[in-house]
Amino acid sequence: MTALASSLRGTFPVLGTLSRGHPMIYLDSAATAQKPQAVIDAMTRFYTQDYGTIHRGVYQVSERATLAWDAARERVAHFLTAATADEVVFVRGTTEAINLVAESFLKPRIKPGATVLVTEMEHHANIVPWQLAGAKTVPIPISDTGELDLVAAERLLAAGCEMLAVCHVSNALGTINPVVELCRMAKRHGVPVLIDGAQAAPHLCIDVQAIGCDFYCFSGHKVYGPTGIGALWAKREHLAKMPPYQGGGDMIDLVTFEGTTYAPAPRKFEAGTPHIAGAIGLEAALRWLDALDRVALRREEEELLAFGTGLLAEVPGLRLIGSAREKAGILTFVIEGVHPHDIASILDHDGVCIRAGHHCTQPLHRRLGVQSTARASLALYSTRDDLEKLAHGLVKIQRMFN
Amino acid sequence: MATSDEMYQAVIIEHARSPRNYKPLVTPTHHCDGRNPLCGDEVSLDLTVDAEGRITDIGFQGQGCAISKASASMMTAAIKGKTVPEARELFERFHALVTGEPTDEKALGKLVAFKGVAAYPMRVKCATMGWHVMMEALDENREKRPNGSEQ
Repeated sequence: MTALASSLRGTFPVLGTLSRGHPMIYLDSAATAQKPQAVIDAMTRFYTQDYGTIHRGVYQVSERATLAWDAARERVAHFLTAATADEVVFVRGTTEAINLVAESFLKPRIKPGATVLVTEMEHHANIVPWQLAGAKTVPIPISDTGELDLVAAERLLAAGCEMLAVCHVSNALGTINPVVELCRMAKRHGVPVLIDGAQAAPHLCIDVQAIGCDFYCFSGHKVYGPTGIGALWAKREHLAKMPPYQGGGDMIDLVTFEGTTYAPAPRKFEAGTPHIAGAIGLEAALRWLDALDRVALRREEEELLAFGTGLLAEVPGLRLIGSAREKAGILTFVIEGVHPHDIASILDHDGVCIRAGHHCTQPLHRRLGVQSTARASLALYSTRDDLEKLAHGLVKIQRMFN
Repeated sequence: MATSDEMYQAVIIEHARSPRNYKPLVTPTHHCDGRNPLCGDEVSLDLTVDAEGRITDIGFQGQGCAISKASASMMTAAIKGKTVPEARELFERFHALVTGEPTDEKALGKLVAFKGVAAYPMRVKCATMGWHVMMEALDENREKRPNGSEQ
């Protein structure tokens, strides 16, 4: 167990509980991360002491809620190294962020059938919204190790497209994509870029200005915050020009039956009473992360990933999927003769939680020639012990079926 | 072998490894394909039902987990030779078994091996997929498989 992980583990109450009667080994953080006590406390405090709505009340709890909401936006801006908090829109999560950009940014600019460049490793959430907006999604191919083909990317950008939408880190392969280089290439061709940061936010330090993208989004629940809250960062000039995504309260300037004028961004995109407690929980999560040495944590994660990769390589019949040079803590694999759902189910009997299926990346699985895969993913509370229990279980399963 | 893995009984693993009646039928009277979009599992099922309403032959093919494959395999072995109403009745009993409802376990024979599934609600769909496809094939009462060689 690494020094940092062992000291952090105790702050996650759920990790001290039992799963199917065994100490829980949680290896599905790429799906959703567990919550530290600081996040749980912040949300409980809000609901038990400070609860009120934002922007509308003059009484004390409403004032507190408004200040907390604004502070959360500031915190997200800081987390993303954004120039200003006005460029941060609160959304339900990455999925809603991409839908917002597809609907409000892309759709008004394109004719049906226009091309949005994606990648073969994209999550469905970074494919389907573009299709719903009327675009045709064309993928940048990947290599067998799970790295983007940048020569093909350049060629496809040159061939013409309306948008480039790419994940910062692949949820199925762990690949860390060269987003700075991709943005530079796209800029040369005048193509706006959206980066899906859902998997990057928990692992990497994000600097949207250094990346050079137009849009960046992430989900709160993958960075140790609550579900139902996330953020879209967009360049101010884009937000100013984009029409509202939804209409309702809080997003308006003046409403008459003849017509309505809208509040300036980001409020223009935040119709209705939002997930205030979610933003407060997200603020607590990001503040908690900020207090940690994230560079040291990233180094530990790399060591843990190398350790896990070595352990899995020793399991007979196991094939690791995704071996990019730059990789986050994701171990996706198949075992000859065993269906991934059986792997996940049998591990679950011993309290080991992993994911099996297509991980919302059906086109990637088709490209790799596998129907489904098993995936163990790491977070900053993951330990060598977790991975040893995983490998032990996998050897047992392999014997059961072969 | 892990004895504690109640869902993964030896007979289930054995059927998953060597499924019975794992074949397409040449001239089926009934056919249906099933797919679980959540996990991508697929079952393709052929049946031959004679004039008296008896299932004289059955074959399945597909991709899936051990539970779904073994369940389809053991289903084919259990319903071959039965009448359509008997197959329906067996499905009702099996469904009760895997969802933890009371049923006559003796009447289920070897299928009782799936009792452990009841403790894992997320896996009930895997255990019943072949059965649902069989019921659909019989309900649709197709005369020929739509992608059969005759067409």
